[in-house]
Amino acid sequence: MIIRGDEPEQVRLIRKLYKPGNYFMQGNEAVAYGAIFAGCRFYAGYPITPSSEIAETMARELPKLGGYYLQMEDEIGSIAAMVGASWTGFKVMTATAGPGFSLMQENLGYAVMTETPLVLVDVQRSGPSTGQATKGAQGDFFQARWGTHGDHPIIAVSPTSGQDAFWETIRAFNIAEKLRTPVVVLFDGVLAHTREQIRIPDIEEVEIAYRKLPQNEEEAKLPFGDPHGDGVPPMPLFGHGYFTHVTGSTHKENGLRDVYTPEVHDRLVRRIHRKIEQNREVYEKYEEHFTEDAEILVVSWGVTARPALGAVLKARKEGINVGLFVPKTVHPFPSERMRELAKKARAILVAEMNLGQMIIEVERYVNDDVLLRGVNRIGGVPLTVEEILREIRGVA
Amino acid sequence: MAKKIYSTYPMVKYLRKEALPTALCPGCGGGTVLNAFANAVDQLKIDPKDLVVVSGIGCSAWIASPYFLADTLHTTHGRAIAFATGVKVGLPDKKVVVISGDGDLASIGGNHLLHAARRNIDITVILVNNFIYGMTGGQVAPTTPFGAKTTTSPYRNIEHPLQISETVAAAGASYVARWTTAHVYQLIESIKKALQVKGFSLVEVISQCPVQFGRRNRMKEPAEMLRWFLKNSVPVSKAKKMSPEELEGKFIIGEIINRQRPEFTEELNKLIDEVQEHFGLKGE
Ligand SMILES: Cc1ncc(C[n+]2csc(CCOP(=O)(O)OP(=O)(O)O)c2C)c(N)n1
Ligand code: SF4
Repeated sequence: MIIRGDEPEQVRLIRKLYKPGNYFMQGNEAVAYGAIFAGCRFYAGYPITPSSEIAETMARELPKLGGYYLQMEDEIGSIAAMVGASWTGFKVMTATAGPGFSLMQENLGYAVMTETPLVLVDVQRSGPSTGQATKGAQGDFFQARWGTHGDHPIIAVSPTSGQDAFWETIRAFNIAEKLRTPVVVLFDGVLAHTREQIRIPDIEEVEIAYRKLPQNEEEAKLPFGDPHGDGVPPMPLFGHGYFTHVTGSTHKENGLRDVYTPEVHDRLVRRIHRKIEQNREVYEKYEEHFTEDAEILVVSWGVTARPALGAVLKARKEGINVGLFVPKTVHPFPSERMRELAKKARAILVAEMNLGQMIIEVERYVNDDVLLRGVNRIGGVPLTVEEILREIRGVA
Repeated sequence: MAKKIYSTYPMVKYLRKEALPTALCPGCGGGTVLNAFANAVDQLKIDPKDLVVVSGIGCSAWIASPYFLADTLHTTHGRAIAFATGVKVGLPDKKVVVISGDGDLASIGGNHLLHAARRNIDITVILVNNFIYGMTGGQVAPTTPFGAKTTTSPYRNIEHPLQISETVAAAGASYVARWTTAHVYQLIESIKKALQVKGFSLVEVISQCPVQFGRRNRMKEPAEMLRWFLKNSVPVSKAKKMSPEELEGKFIIGEIINRQRPEFTEELNKLIDEVQEHFGLKGE
């Protein structure tokens, strides 16, 4: 069994095609190159602003690497095709935005239930509905968490720049492979279309993970078991004679459907949760600036973390004891660290391009005596350094 | 009891024994379709290791996944062909087969059906048309005959049924045939052809659902439904000479189309070759 994109030949091709160095490129292109470096050799998608350049870059580059670009008839078909391809051993990705993310939700749940590794990039744009199609936003924080039905865990990462998008996309693939689960990349229309200097590394500098494959017949016969106690079953790929049965319905360890026995459902769904909970070190990631002595804490994520850092730097120069906390994996939320920081803070400002979403998550870890306030803006224009600074001064 | 029956059934070697007996109602046409498929695989001597079977949601979706002993993917309602597309691109040398219902493939999944036919991707679809949504309790389907009764058309169906085979043929499939569960030998032959054709193939099987359709339309015995199929079946050649009025309520059976067109996964791999050649990327 082989994971495509893993062959030595691929290293030669990447070296030949993408020389290490600094390039001037869009965030969307950085996501695409990140995927290519991570080993993605199958992309199925449906065009939607502001994500389309990811598809365009993949359509141009993948054939050079012997990889496959498929433009499907819609987003539902796109994520469906990805799941099919993932079971044949491909590392797979799609990118979408707003309405497309809504359409993918049912099969995102399917990927959670069938433990199919895939990466879904949601380039957030203004909504609800078609909203401002060409404008960025951060309104999908909860859609990523709760968009599909049922009790399910989800992992979502969120880059804060074009350069970061390159590395976070690679990290998303590694998490997906290590934990055999879908991973959402919550990107946004602003960074997606911003051109900046992005360094492409040598392939040697990139850590690349591969899903666990069954070591013997025994393991292959239990595609949804837990032989290693880490909650992550080895994945028997299609086409290798294991006669694997995969279903989105409640199934036993051998894959066969059993929707009647409460214990079977309980055992399966709890294991899928446990797999995520007990492997926090695989995905937990956050950034901190000046948090050691911060009385005021700014919490921000994605695109807004950049003006937030600018505001914190300026406020520090003015002598305000302010720090910045940036969750890079936003789901599951870095709850423990958040709780520790919240204990030391007198005021917390949550800056984001929406009417207040991550603040609801933050609130869960903050005591009543802390002043908690959102710094929000919608309409497609990101928050500025000045706007955030004004709010910091307001609580100083 | 069940064990005894299956032990004398020659095709049992193709079935997942731990999943038996099947969940299909007694007299359901689904059993005939499974039998025909297993016989086609047997006659062609296809190693089940070279098969991946994909289905959506519905009674018919269960026919091969989980019961057929191969890699099987039981997906979301309507999306089987899209999942199968990813599987086929990943495993172009395997036979990728979709077996599912008319509601699943032609209603909610209609878009994927048309576009897979247009791309002419080498997938074999066995579409079980029982005129109804069996699994959800007998609601009206896009294949329900005009005037028929269902739980959501309790007075009569005022919508016109979709001619699936003709539509898929027009969309670009390589091979399309339609039979009923009363034409088992012809059905097996068509499934064999469909499995061998390089390109998108569809075998539509008109099948009895005595429980949800028959019962509400004065045919509660499976045999009554089979007689209805036999009485109203018209071979393609004869249908060509009949007027639309004469064909009302008839089942046109036989091969609707059989042709060669460039196939999607082959073209995709050819394209990759060309691109790699063009950029001088071929291995030393
Ligand atoms: C998105 C979605 N909508 C609706 C359903 C409910 N549903 C399950 S099976 C089915 C119809 C199946 O009909 P058909 O494909 O004709 O199969 P049959 O049961 O008649 O063999 C429906 C509507 C579902 N599972 N998912
Ligand atoms: S409800 Fe109809 S289609 Fe479903 S198993 Fe019973 S007879 Fe077959």
